[in-house]
Amino acid sequence: MATTSTTVPSAGPFLGSRSFLARLREGDEIARLVTLLFAASVVLITLLIVYELWQGSVLPRHKFGFAFLRTSVWDPNFDNFGALPFIFGTVVTSAVALFIAVPLGIGAAIFLAELAPARLSDALEFFIDLLAAVPSVIYGLLGIFIVVPVMRDVIQPALKNTLGFIPLFKGPAFGIGFLTAGIVLAIMVIPYIISVSREILLSVPRDQREAALALGSTRWESTWKVVVPFARTGIMGSIFLALARALGETMAVTMVIGNTPAIAASLFSPGDSIASVIANQFTEATGELYTQSLIELGLVLFLLTFILNGLARVLILVTSQRGSAHA
Amino acid sequence: MNARLRWRKFVSNFMLTMTGVCALVSVAVLFFILGYLVYHGGASINWDFFTKLPAPVGESGGGMANAILGSAKLLLLATLFGVPIGFFGAIYLAEFSGSKVAFVVRYAADLLNGVPSIVIGIFAYGVAVQPFKHFSTFAGGFALGVMMIPITLRSTEQFLLGVPRTLREGAMALGASKWKTIATVVVPAAYRGILTAVLLAFARVAGETAPLLFTALGNRFWSNGWNEPTASLPVMIYNYALSPFEDWHRQAWAAGLVLLGLILVINIVARAILARGISVPRA
Repeated sequence: MATTSTTVPSAGPFLGSRSFLARLREGDEIARLVTLLFAASVVLITLLIVYELWQGSVLPRHKFGFAFLRTSVWDPNFDNFGALPFIFGTVVTSAVALFIAVPLGIGAAIFLAELAPARLSDALEFFIDLLAAVPSVIYGLLGIFIVVPVMRDVIQPALKNTLGFIPLFKGPAFGIGFLTAGIVLAIMVIPYIISVSREILLSVPRDQREAALALGSTRWESTWKVVVPFARTGIMGSIFLALARALGETMAVTMVIGNTPAIAASLFSPGDSIASVIANQFTEATGELYTQSLIELGLVLFLLTFILNGLARVLILVTSQRGSAHA
Repeated sequence: MNARLRWRKFVSNFMLTMTGVCALVSVAVLFFILGYLVYHGGASINWDFFTKLPAPVGESGGGMANAILGSAKLLLLATLFGVPIGFFGAIYLAEFSGSKVAFVVRYAADLLNGVPSIVIGIFAYGVAVQPFKHFSTFAGGFALGVMMIPITLRSTEQFLLGVPRTLREGAMALGASKWKTIATVVVPAAYRGILTAVLLAFARVAGETAPLLFTALGNRFWSNGWNEPTASLPVMIYNYALSPFEDWHRQAWAAGLVLLGLILVINIVARAILARGISVPRA
């Protein structure tokens, strides 16, 4: 009963030993059926979401097939819809976000789990949890009024002057665009990486560290060559989790990405993402095919996050079980 | 050898310092956000913000009274819809179900938890807007409620499972039926945890914007009843921040401060409730 992994501890023996009628008389059977109804509705709602997305995108699925994912024309006037620019935008902004958030988040997690005294670690974790609770529209607000001007006036010119020979950092500095959206996303997903990675690192058995230290390694060597590799799978899980969040993030991205469907080599270029095109155009979409194409984008997004979340959960589970088995 | 050891020690100290810097930067972001919102929002918040309707487009002044009420209505609906499903579903999982059913329900809840909020918006549009041919407060509350379900369900279940088996056995040995045991012993023993779970779920959806964009839509006036579109704080922040008017930007900051303040206070209260209670196994 102490561990949460024990499944359904108390059901069997009490229920099974009495007859159905006895249970009905005491109200147990009614309680079971009523709560079952609520539990089943969770499954029902989840299935209904999949059904809605699938049914809601019949027209474009039949008309465009898989070409929907490969073509880059988005022209509501001529009923031509291709999702490529949005998929591109979602992938690029998420990649930028992970590029920044992964080193920073894992570094911070190492500090919290390995270095900081337990009290400081818990206090900082409390602030990290609060940071994870900040709604995305607030990040968007700060993005528009702080990050965008700073990007336009300081960071993008600086990148252009130093690394401008790389196509990634070419073109006019608007402030809005892929890079800015990626940075705002990075700030948003860092708390998730820190929280999960810290838990995973804390679950690494103590004797692993002691063995490394006893063999004469420095504190950092024991951390980087023993503890982190031990927790590798779980940390990967935390990254996938962060990626799933970044892919599905809507408001903050919509507010700083520029909302122009474009595929460009430059990170300074304004673009669009799956979530933000839905947010911007859904209420204005005229015509069935237009609306349904947006719903199909939602389906694509759903499938992406579904796969990533599944992978993340497996990875985290594998590591934490291995950790506790050794402890 | 000595030089090599010195180098290794240097690397060790350097890298460990860097991890400290990473932690500092990450936490500093929170204080930066808070500070900036208090600075900007605090300067623009006034009595009008809480009591007046939005001014006509282009005019300065006015407030967000309708959005504050709208958010309250939406959150009330969301709680009424999402919490019972999460709570009773969790009771079924923790007390009644066999492991196969439990696996399916847990899996569905985790899946639901991972669905991007904009997709929840599309879903709520298809279920609660399209059939009725108009946007409504109901639809918005429904969308937010769906998002509350998995958070409430999974954490409530954890806290119910954390109640010692001996408590259940004691009640049953005294002759209580199973549902009576649950209602009078198990749930009261876990109530702090359950309350925390509900509060955190509430705080999580209080700031959600994307599911409201095409369900509750928005409204520049009071929303009459529950069947009309309504303004809400998050959507107002979004619209005002993207507007070209200086005065609307000011009000977006004020709304941001109110919203973030509410969410952080609920979070802190929730954690305080839990910290004072009995120890529970960590999720």
